[in-house]
Amino acid sequence: MDDEGVVRLDAEYDEARLSAHFEALLAAGERIEPRDWMPEGYRRMLLRQIAQHAHSEIIGMQPEGAWLTRAPTLHRKAVLLAKVQDEAGHGLYLYAAAETLGVSRAELLDALHSGHQRYAATFNHPALTWADAGAIAWLTDGAAVVNQVPLCQTSYGPYARAMRRVCQEEAFHVRQGYDMLHALCQGTPQQKEMAQDAVNRWWLPAVALMFGPPDTVAGGADARTAAMGAAVTRRSMAWGIKRHTNDELRQRFVDQVVPQAERLGLTLPDPGIRWNEERGHYDFGPIDWRVFRDSLGDGSLVARQRLAHRVAAHEDGAWVREAVDAHAAGGGDWREAA
Amino acid sequence: MSSTDTAAYALRLGDDALVLAQRLCAWVTRAPTIEEDLALSNIALDLIGHARTLLAHSGALDGTGRTEDQLAYLRTEREFRNALLLELPNGDFAVTLARQLAYSLYARLLYGELAASADEVLAGFAVRAAKEVEYHAMHATGWTVRLARGTAESRRRMRAGLETVWPYTGELFEEDALTRRLAAAGTGVNPAGIRESWEKAVTAVLADAELAVPAPSWQASGGREGLHTEAFGALVAELQSVHRQFPGGTW
Ligand SMILES: [Fe+2]
Ligand SMILES: [Fe+2]
Repeated sequence: MDDEGVVRLDAEYDEARLSAHFEALLAAGERIEPRDWMPEGYRRMLLRQIAQHAHSEIIGMQPEGAWLTRAPTLHRKAVLLAKVQDEAGHGLYLYAAAETLGVSRAELLDALHSGHQRYAATFNHPALTWADAGAIAWLTDGAAVVNQVPLCQTSYGPYARAMRRVCQEEAFHVRQGYDMLHALCQGTPQQKEMAQDAVNRWWLPAVALMFGPPDTVAGGADARTAAMGAAVTRRSMAWGIKRHTNDELRQRFVDQVVPQAERLGLTLPDPGIRWNEERGHYDFGPIDWRVFRDSLGDGSLVARQRLAHRVAAHEDGAWVREAVDAHAAGGGDWREAA
Repeated sequence: MSSTDTAAYALRLGDDALVLAQRLCAWVTRAPTIEEDLALSNIALDLIGHARTLLAHSGALDGTGRTEDQLAYLRTEREFRNALLLELPNGDFAVTLARQLAYSLYARLLYGELAASADEVLAGFAVRAAKEVEYHAMHATGWTVRLARGTAESRRRMRAGLETVWPYTGELFEEDALTRRLAAAGTGVNPAGIRESWEKAVTAVLADAELAVPAPSWQASGGREGLHTEAFGALVAELQSVHRQFPGGTW
């Protein structure tokens, strides 16, 4: 056998051994760390998910951030500032987790800006009134918590650790959102109307888009869509990235939110919601995915605005980041102007 | 020392903090880096805290019993008493940072002295606030030097930022009958008395940045009497829009 052949055989042998080690770690419920060997597909799936998650934190600052200057009391202004600040922090934790997979934050931001990587389409929904800030925190952060609690046990160590820090803060955001809506519901009839209107508009973006596509037929999708979703979910669960199907988490969210809405005295805009004694869960109406996707897709007006806002901030700040680099390098670039 | 004097004084300081916080809120999601989104929102959050304490104190002492929110949300443009520096439009990052530098170095000195105020609420507030503005001053100082000694463009912008805000810094140190009565009673700080220390502090930072202290050809004034810039009406309208939308509402 020639040398090349020996090398190839060695590589195959190594790969099989490494792969067995990787599978053994997963089977034992241990965390995969950046230094560990991992299949390329695992790395790609993780990177995609963590990047999308990070981008969602950053783009998700926009709909609420737009209400910072208009928050109706100084207490609410402080609470909203702290929340938007937390989301920026979540973005940073998650970019740091993604960087352990060998891609820099600058590259990830470029991929966001160029549309190569996505963020949760939920945030392509416009925040039209002050009550939207409450509805976003209660419903979308509420959905995020349901998603993220199992991710604290995800198989990739840096991601699991980032999620543990994020989860504590998210739970707080949900309570604050609920509290904001609660205050509006105790106020004038118009205030309560504003709260109801915001909940009407944010319900579907939360329940549909925060959990990803349907991956069981129970999710109301046709068999083909469900099968496509299921294939991705199966892979992700086999690698211990996800622990539950999208539809399972969606159900968990609905079960949590329905009684809370009742306590607020608000209705959820789904006539199909009713307690199902047999299942021990709330039933809810099927989601028309196709129509819904189109309305909040990449080409929608708000999607364009979100990305344009983000790109403008990045481009306007380019000279600042260049200055930081030049200063850190200790060069005398600036002297030319003096 | 009349309590209405203390109320009027707390209102000036509170409005300074509130109006600057309002300006900084507009940076969030627009900063050059995510770290700066965090830093600027953090500073704004501190300033909102300062405004809340100061406005609540003012309302409690001025005989009207107004709350912090009634003062923030139900006064007209002409009733605000902040210095004009704080309401200037944000401009680019260098203009905002030049204002942060001027204000945070001033506030650090002001609160340092106010910690000895005869008014217990003001004294207690100042002890806490002085620690926070110390961080704001570090933030502004670091950026001033980095931008001045970064690239040719950042240096040009930093210099332009300083030149934009400098004519508005003199107002921070203006004395009037109110500050004289307060200083005499040991309740407030004589603003003219901290000017020299402020100039020293600013000169040291700008020396590090290898920039000259701007020599303003004119000095803005009027905020303490409620005579503001044209941009201020829009700031107040935005601040108060939701609150005023539902009179008698609960938030
Ligand atoms: Fe978050
Ligand atoms: Fe959140």
